[in-house]
Amino acid sequence: MADITLRVNGSEKQVSVSPETPLLWVLRDTLQLTGTKFGCGAGLCGACTVHVEGNPIRSCSTPVSQVANKNVTTIEGLSPNGLHPLQQAWLAEEVPQCGYCQTGQIMSAAALLAKTPQPSDEQITKAMNGNLCRCGTYERIRKAIHRAAGNGGAR
Amino acid sequence: MSPLSRREFVGAGIGAAAGLVIGFYLPHKGESQKNSFSPNAYLRITPDNKITIVVARSEMGQGVRTALPMILAEELEADWKQIEIEQAGASTLYGDQTTGGSASIRTTWDPMRKAGASAREMLISAAALTWGVSRSTCTAEAGHIKHAASNRSVSYGELVGKASTLPIPSDVTLKQSKDYKIVGQRLPRLDSLAKVKGEAIYGIDFRLPGMKYAVLARCPLIAGKVTSIDDKESKKISGVSYVGKIGDSAVAVVADSVWSAMEGRRVLNVSWDEGPNKDLNSAAILSSLKQAASKKGANLYAAGEPGKASGRHISAEYVLPFMAHAPMEPGNCTAHFQGSNCELWAPTQVPQDCRDSVATAIGLDPDQVKVNVTLMGGGFGRRLEHDYAVEAAQVSKAINAPVKVIWTREDDMRCSTYRPASLHQLSATLDGMGLPVALTHRIIAPSITGQKGQPVPNNVDPDLPDEAGPVYGIPNYAIEYVMTETPVPLGWMRSVYALQAGFALESFIDELALAAGKDPLKYRLQLLAKDQDLAYFTTTWHTARMRAVLQLAAEKAGWDKPLPAGHHRGIACFGCFQTYMAEVVEITMENNQPKVHRVVAAVDCGQVVNPAILEQQIQGGVVYGLSNALRAQITIDKGRVVQGNFDDYAPLRMDETPVVEVYAVPSQEPPTGIGEPSLPPLAPALCNAIYAATKKRIRTLPIQS
Repeated sequence: MADITLRVNGSEKQVSVSPETPLLWVLRDTLQLTGTKFGCGAGLCGACTVHVEGNPIRSCSTPVSQVANKNVTTIEGLSPNGLHPLQQAWLAEEVPQCGYCQTGQIMSAAALLAKTPQPSDEQITKAMNGNLCRCGTYERIRKAIHRAAGNGGAR
Repeated sequence: MSPLSRREFVGAGIGAAAGLVIGFYLPHKGESQKNSFSPNAYLRITPDNKITIVVARSEMGQGVRTALPMILAEELEADWKQIEIEQAGASTLYGDQTTGGSASIRTTWDPMRKAGASAREMLISAAALTWGVSRSTCTAEAGHIKHAASNRSVSYGELVGKASTLPIPSDVTLKQSKDYKIVGQRLPRLDSLAKVKGEAIYGIDFRLPGMKYAVLARCPLIAGKVTSIDDKESKKISGVSYVGKIGDSAVAVVADSVWSAMEGRRVLNVSWDEGPNKDLNSAAILSSLKQAASKKGANLYAAGEPGKASGRHISAEYVLPFMAHAPMEPGNCTAHFQGSNCELWAPTQVPQDCRDSVATAIGLDPDQVKVNVTLMGGGFGRRLEHDYAVEAAQVSKAINAPVKVIWTREDDMRCSTYRPASLHQLSATLDGMGLPVALTHRIIAPSITGQKGQPVPNNVDPDLPDEAGPVYGIPNYAIEYVMTETPVPLGWMRSVYALQAGFALESFIDELALAAGKDPLKYRLQLLAKDQDLAYFTTTWHTARMRAVLQLAAEKAGWDKPLPAGHHRGIACFGCFQTYMAEVVEITMENNQPKVHRVVAAVDCGQVVNPAILEQQIQGGVVYGLSNALRAQITIDKGRVVQGNFDDYAPLRMDETPVVEVYAVPSQEPPTGIGEPSLPPLAPALCNAIYAATKKRIRTLPIQS
């Protein structure tokens, strides 16, 4: 066990866990931030995507000790006041079906737009290809990212 | 207060002159609720003008929490903004609550409409009595009863007290589809906001105070058993509080966090009795299907005498593998055993089965088990099993504390239930024009229901009547089912046997078209040219409706127009769950593999309740079907499932996903299933396109095997 300090969604959190605990379980079990999802435990599906210092990472495969004293952003902190443009676009394009993977999808998309405000189809595919959706919402995700980027959902 | 006569009631209903009058019984909660109007178990209106509609099916992404309330709200003449939903747990009030078989809309269409209409009529009566006017001068509109002559209006909330004292009508007039204001609209789902904010609580997110977490070590061999447990190392893991056998084939590791439980399991040593299947492998399973093919099957459909037809004979065999559902939310269930009762929070498609199985497993009566239904991160049939619920209850009983059992992805891949592997033998006799005068389709597959020890009358798996019907009006046409057995655990996976039956039949029809030297669309249209009603168990398939979806798909896809260089198309149609579907798949070949660019899907599912949800369901079904066709395959080696995670069982990702266009035939027929019918035409349409591109016929799925 170790005491580790994290900065999650802008506030400092002290957790006492074994240092190799994946960040995912610290977020979900210790900090009760359940918007970040468990899907595969192996970095294969992206349901657990959060930002560390603005970069998208798979929290299921990231030991919490690696993010000590770093800024972690989860879906709960993506847009604390009102909806993020991506969340609005997700609603406008009616993306979610079961919705389980969508928080991870939105976090991957948010990291993309932060660096590439007007992504091409190819850039979207490259950024989003690590996020699985078994309901098959990919084309709506693509449209929603275009919409949030302000380029009208054009393919 | 004099109760209104039945005649008055019916005569005064909105649209009564032309509407349908139906007598009915609706379940009632039977408790007097002073401050609400609840004429049946589906509906509650409170004085604050809130309308709560109870959804007695499970939400796994298919949209029932929006679509079912729309049906009731339509007849109620509610303002959609007033609607709140409540998820029903396992109950005796709502009949069979199983969510499966693409049945939620088609089986609740009548009860939900009647529940809304009866309440509407009572609210009209309540207003008429309050104002001292005739019912026939009052109308219901957007959550209010209005009296036009005096320009008065009263909200439903204000009528709660009076309406609650009125008799519940036993007959009611239902609206005509031309008057629908809510049904048929693209209303946004009620639960999307919570989902995009990360606030939606799925089964895996639910928590109880003092709750422990458990993961189970299950025997990697099918039907293997625990012989001994060495938990010394597990108990050294901080947070691990319990290790113990659960049933014959699993060991639970309980801890105060999911990670500690997983770590405890990682270092656990269990010795297994490998059981009877240690030499089982996929090749042996296929050869047992081929052996069984020599047996006589049960007749599913029989027209004329295919054996006596003369002409050019063509036959082919098709093979499909086991597949895993792999919903995004892994299996889980929370249970709290408290001596004489047990409460569960289950992401389940079968709350009533969970209740009954849990009761048996832990020695309680069913009425001592309460099952709450949580939101689900996908289902696809995997949550028709009750294994998660039974395990959670057993662990909670063993530790006498609330516990959440969580499956990892590998658990879900390796210890699941699977779509049955199947073999299909197709044969046809062609006349001089190349058209089949006879066709026989033999389905050789294990019975899911039979494996679960449930009755299989006449050796016909009870799913086949919804999933393997005739498509074409061929004069001599036989569909047979040869029931086989397998030790591999079987489950109902999205579209169940229709996926296999549709792949085999619609690939074969393409082979016949080729043999006849005809265009695959024109060939199919010729086979559907005559209006025929094909009776198959309780469904009557109409060739005219199949012809219409085929024409619609072809027209929207531009079947007659040339494609860009290197692009190729395939087409297929199939009917299941009473719904007609046709799909056109457009591909290029890249590195000898198909790249799907566009899928055009046409559907006739009767009245569409919510076109936005319909589109989502079909787009999702096509992507799921494409995953199945390209790569989905569970193989068995040494009695174990080989695949473990999304690397070796790799669903479609964004880079392989085509544009999917959806077109519905306008219809006022009663609604039919929509969750599953988009899958069966996809694989054959794709393989037909691959043939068009390569002249290679694929008769074994998956394509990339």
